[in-house]
Amino acid sequence: MSEKVLMKGNEAFAEAVIRGGARFYFGYPITPQSEIPEFMSRELPKRGGKFLQAESELGAINMAYGCGAAGGSGFISSSSPGIALMQEGMSFLCGAEVPVTLLNVSRGGPGIGSIQPGQADYNQVTRGGGNGDYRIPVFAPASIQEAVDILYECPSIADKYRNPVMVLADGLMGQMMEPVMLPEEKHALTSEEISTAKPWALSGSKKGTRSVVKSLRLQPEVLEEHVEHLFEKYAAMEKELERVEVENLEGAEVVFVAFGTMARLAREAMELLEAQGVKAGLIRPISLWPYPYGAFEQIPATAKAVISVELSMGQMLQDINLGVKGRVPVKLIHRVGGMLPTSLEVVEKTKKILEEVR
Amino acid sequence: MKPVFTVTEGMLPVSTSYCPGCTHGVAHRIIMETLDEMGLLGDTLGVAPIGCSVVAHQFMNVDMCEAAHGRAPAVASGIRRVHPDKVVFTYQGDGDLASIGMGEIVHAAARGEKFTTFFINNGIYGMTGGQMAPTTLIGQRSTTCVDGRTREQAGMPLKICELLATLDGPAYIERVALNSPAHIRAAKKAVRKAFEYQLAGKGFTFIEMLSICPTNWGLTPPKAMQWLEENMMAYYPLGVYRDVEKEAQ
Amino acid sequence: MATTKLFFAGSGGQGVLTMGQMLTYAAMYADMNATWLPSYGPEMRGGTANCTVVISPDKPVSCPLIYEADDVVVMNLPSLLKFESLVKPGGNLFVNSSLIEQKATRDDINVYYVPANDIALELGNARTANVVMLGALMSVSPVVPVEMVYKIMEKTFSGRKAHLLDINKTAFHAWKQ
Repeated sequence: MSEKVLMKGNEAFAEAVIRGGARFYFGYPITPQSEIPEFMSRELPKRGGKFLQAESELGAINMAYGCGAAGGSGFISSSSPGIALMQEGMSFLCGAEVPVTLLNVSRGGPGIGSIQPGQADYNQVTRGGGNGDYRIPVFAPASIQEAVDILYECPSIADKYRNPVMVLADGLMGQMMEPVMLPEEKHALTSEEISTAKPWALSGSKKGTRSVVKSLRLQPEVLEEHVEHLFEKYAAMEKELERVEVENLEGAEVVFVAFGTMARLAREAMELLEAQGVKAGLIRPISLWPYPYGAFEQIPATAKAVISVELSMGQMLQDINLGVKGRVPVKLIHRVGGMLPTSLEVVEKTKKILEEVR
Repeated sequence: MKPVFTVTEGMLPVSTSYCPGCTHGVAHRIIMETLDEMGLLGDTLGVAPIGCSVVAHQFMNVDMCEAAHGRAPAVASGIRRVHPDKVVFTYQGDGDLASIGMGEIVHAAARGEKFTTFFINNGIYGMTGGQMAPTTLIGQRSTTCVDGRTREQAGMPLKICELLATLDGPAYIERVALNSPAHIRAAKKAVRKAFEYQLAGKGFTFIEMLSICPTNWGLTPPKAMQWLEENMMAYYPLGVYRDVEKEAQ
Repeated sequence: MATTKLFFAGSGGQGVLTMGQMLTYAAMYADMNATWLPSYGPEMRGGTANCTVVISPDKPVSCPLIYEADDVVVMNLPSLLKFESLVKPGGNLFVNSSLIEQKATRDDINVYYVPANDIALELGNARTANVVMLGALMSVSPVVPVEMVYKIMEKTFSGRKAHLLDINKTAFHAWKQ
């Protein structure tokens, strides 16, 4: 039954994935997401699932690979440096076509950086740090409800495409509480049901076919064919998974582009500017890959600047420029290191930018 | 007429890609024969490593997946969570298990994961062309220690059975050799014991198989067998390093 | 109705985070939109605990981060020194005068001195100081329906804690202007 509850982001994320059908969690403690393994260690045994604390992030992603290769619906959470360690595994999972749901509650970098919120994982998650031609869909929700709704869908999306799928949150969302409607719990495949529901998965050759899950293809023509096959899937994902929210573009003098928590800040800045007589709009990419380039076609002729509001040195600018195609100057308002701008700061900086471009 | 020998259904009817004289074929066969004899082929899930035997799934007639380098024990731990009633094993070489995958194997063993690991120790990196392995003996030549491994430069070879036997998680640990009919018969008994312990839910089981690599050792197969006997067995003594059944008695 | 931004600060153990959570629960029960955010960013340093609550009756909360607050509660001196400036002009500052002798310095805000710990002690339960303060806040700035605050109290103080319900309700109404 659906119910409205007040939950801390990290716990709501975990609950949503369980309700979405994932029953196996593998993880290694890292701030600011350690409530997730804690929650999973309490909940999963009660709900027909299994929790395993890995020896490292390398262990975690490979346990999830084994779980997915065996037909289980797995879930891993981590934060930026932990996600970096998992990149080898992500490339492997994509090559071997194994589904898993990943959650990155991101923090500051480079290196160990800080434990404060950051968005400097943009390139890491949208471009991928692993080797080879592969893609991972990435969603960046802006509220706990949206995060819950997306995470609830992720195990199904991962299964549908036989590919990892990632949600990018930040430490602020993980710690925040917001009323949230929890969806109804989906059925999770039992060990017995896997042999018929996922005949490609390892469940024993007694089922009538022998399953082999692998990423190695030594013959060039075979690997080429496989990569082409992967990219047919990615082309389908580009069509089916693109998500974006566009607000107040009509007649806008300035258009903000922001995702996650920063999109909420940009929305408030938009309201404040409106009150001061400056018409502002917002493009909020919800899927970071596939990136909603098409939404940028809606930027009106009235726009004098497009401004990325980011907790990074402007990692999203490349994608924004691909969308804007040089029609309007693209600018950046940012803080890094765990520092957060206020909406007022965004308003002031926006006015300055508008003076420059006018 | 009653056949005196049949090929096990556990091995697919194809030629292996291993070099002439390599003992991977022997290791594959005794594992698969044992599963066949125990009637477990249809219920077994195997994990192949990175190394020469990355292609083990082309020869072993059971459901299998590949693992990233060294991660087979983590992969098998994940598989085990989904299928608590199947037979699960990893098959790993010395570079995979004893070097890059040391964290995964130690933790899987310490957790007492209910799967079996077959550790093929030939003291060298085969697939990449004969570099020094963590189990390369002092004085043994490789392409990254052309005058022989020295303690000063590369430290001492790792004794994995002895190391894992310090843990409380494993249920059965034995080191066997694949260099003579008698040793191979003993090895097959060890394989069976490991699977029996796994089926009985006793805990983690580990069989190290001293193996040869004639190509990268630069020896003929018979000479390699002899080299194993004289050198490897001296540093890596055969025997049972852990048996929870025996210890309980 | 407009969005209300509230900020609660004190030291660990003063029930600062709980105050904010109670309001957020009450807002949810009243079908309002709300966010609760504990100390974040560089604010986390220095041993103070704080949380931000944003309540929006009709539309979703735009932003859980604030640059100014309608109502600020400070439970100890470091919080007064640090967060008096956060109150927006015309806003309310609630000072726990049991522990803070110093007066607020601004004259463009309304300041309420609430001897929360003294009142709680008189009631016989020192741990209700935060509820005394929450009641003071609500009497000046009724951001959520009082019945909904009762509802969360009834949920919190049930079972083994049921005996604490009455004293908390009394504490909630103990401070009078």
